[in-house]
Amino acid sequence: MNLAEPSMAPVGDAPTPAHAGASSNRVSRRAALEEAVLPPLVALLLAAVVGDLLILAFGESPGAVFRLLLDGTWGNAYGFGQVLYKATTLVFTGLAVGLGLRAGLFNIGAESQLAAGGFAAALVGLLLPAGIPALLCLPVYVMAAAIGGGAVGAVPGVLKARFGAHEVIVTIMLNFIVLALLNYLVSARLAVPDTLHTPELRSGALPRFADFMPAFQGSAANVTILLALGAATVLGWFLFRTRAGFELRAVGLQPRAAEAAGVNVASVTWRALALSGAIAGLGGLNYVLGYKHYYEEGFATGAGFLGIAVALVGRNHPIGIVLAALLFATLSQGGLAVNALVPKQMVDVLQAVVIIAVATSVPEVRRLLRGTRRSPER
Amino acid sequence: MIFLLFLVQTVRIAIPYLLAASGGVMSERAGLIGLTLEGYMLGGAFCGAVASFYSGSAIVGVLAAIGGGGALALLYAVCAIRFKADQVVVGIAINLLVIGLTRFFLRLMFDSSSNSPRVPGFTVEGGGSGVGALVRNPLVWIGVAVVPLVAWLLYRTPFGLRVRAVGEHPTAAASVGVPVNRVRYLAVMLSGMLAGLGGAYLALDQHQFTDGMTAGRGFIALAAVIFGRWDPVRAGLACLLFAAADTLQIQLQGVQAIPSQFVEMIPYLLTIIALVGVVGRSVAPAALGKTVTE
Repeated sequence: MNLAEPSMAPVGDAPTPAHAGASSNRVSRRAALEEAVLPPLVALLLAAVVGDLLILAFGESPGAVFRLLLDGTWGNAYGFGQVLYKATTLVFTGLAVGLGLRAGLFNIGAESQLAAGGFAAALVGLLLPAGIPALLCLPVYVMAAAIGGGAVGAVPGVLKARFGAHEVIVTIMLNFIVLALLNYLVSARLAVPDTLHTPELRSGALPRFADFMPAFQGSAANVTILLALGAATVLGWFLFRTRAGFELRAVGLQPRAAEAAGVNVASVTWRALALSGAIAGLGGLNYVLGYKHYYEEGFATGAGFLGIAVALVGRNHPIGIVLAALLFATLSQGGLAVNALVPKQMVDVLQAVVIIAVATSVPEVRRLLRGTRRSPER
Repeated sequence: MIFLLFLVQTVRIAIPYLLAASGGVMSERAGLIGLTLEGYMLGGAFCGAVASFYSGSAIVGVLAAIGGGGALALLYAVCAIRFKADQVVVGIAINLLVIGLTRFFLRLMFDSSSNSPRVPGFTVEGGGSGVGALVRNPLVWIGVAVVPLVAWLLYRTPFGLRVRAVGEHPTAAASVGVPVNRVRYLAVMLSGMLAGLGGAYLALDQHQFTDGMTAGRGFIALAAVIFGRWDPVRAGLACLLFAAADTLQIQLQGVQAIPSQFVEMIPYLLTIIALVGVVGRSVAPAALGKTVTE
């Protein structure tokens, strides 16, 4: 498929200071910030309206439901811990999708890359001898998860670079293939009888917050979140402070210009998708290493697709992605909190509304802002 | 006899693929990516089941499914054409939206998180899966007829010529007076209606709506579109091939020779192979996924 790269640009080119000319740096920065912040605000407003309608349809009071949603997420340590846990996975998948978009590539495969990363980590955990300190195991697990996810990500990368096969279709198809393969490996080979999960890791499980902060008792929040924040920091540094990151963004913005400037586009393409897959794969550690200590069928369901939403709302910037991950995690956990009043599926609808509204308003906001700002200059 | 059984089962499975893939061909030939087929199907299945339940008539259910699929397609078209939103993002979001909405309204209307009550269909409940039940279901005939119909529409009518022009070279089409956006709206809505009909077939055949009942069939239909190189007839043949693989998987259940998961992979693997170009390079419509400023 020969999808045009420019059509990806509205998603891929988040505002960065790099756009700004030296003379009008501050004005452009402000314009860029407005361009970045307005669509998510529009989206939240629209989501609130749709949420009100759904709640009213169910015969409840929107005020009470939204208050319950906040109380159940940021209002107590358990709820907050769950938000942090869910946000951790979403930071990884959001960074994965965001990195791809920076290179003008749409990685829809985060779902299966996440699962593959978790599976690889769980597999390594079965092979390690018992009793090794967690700190020593951690690099091994990180490598395993990154390789697991990276391998799945490299396939569409190589097929795109070598044959021009469009990564959107390949990653979608690969999702089904990889998940079926993992399903076979787990259910037919590795599962503990009568379950759909592998045996527990022999060593190297990471501590939960509850281990040193009793208030978090029962919540799945664990120290993998530090890994997620670290990944966001490193990725920000990579994208904006290294030559490879610059080349990657150049390919995303103008592949032909990058090629002419001597960038090897094919090489950047497959590396970007492999790296994207590796980051998504790391997300598997949150569940496997931090929460359950085994790989379970379906643990990754939905987190990959939400990663697209997180990257989109976070405007492909590491800071934005962390914030967007918190937002979507709050919605997911909030759904459970309000389930007594309205069906928790309400938040699935709201999440979709946020994505549609952001995707729809980004080009529109850009057009409006640029229309008003640029015309007098010319 | 076993062969006939296999054939009947294959056709039964192929009908929703045929309907959705025909819609997918229309949409993609007009330049809009068919990622939303899954959502249209699920939405169509839900609307079909609900309308059939409240009206007691399967025909009303079918009409509602067509309307539901068409409405979702309109939403997609407005986002992608009017607001120039990224088609992949909106497509995925619409699929998520439909999953959420169907679950929400399942709870709201039937107080269930898994399925609707029994609804009337075209076939008698428990009427078996033989040839008789198959030929008495009008949706089967529509599903079979839709492939040549879409081929005729695409290759033999002025509208089809416009659809292809708009998907290949929208600027050129616009320069000779083709209303690019209107043609795109029509093609996308047609795809939504066809896929919605495919969803209705599923719901009415099983006499109920169950949560997530399309189970990736929309993506298989999309795979068939690509594997069939964006041609309605070849896409239809791909649907039959994929349906035969499904049938094989069902028949092989219990046989340990090939794990079912590997049979499941066949459509997706074939599609990737087709994209890579081992069996003739697939070339998508040139303007697929591009935003057009009319």
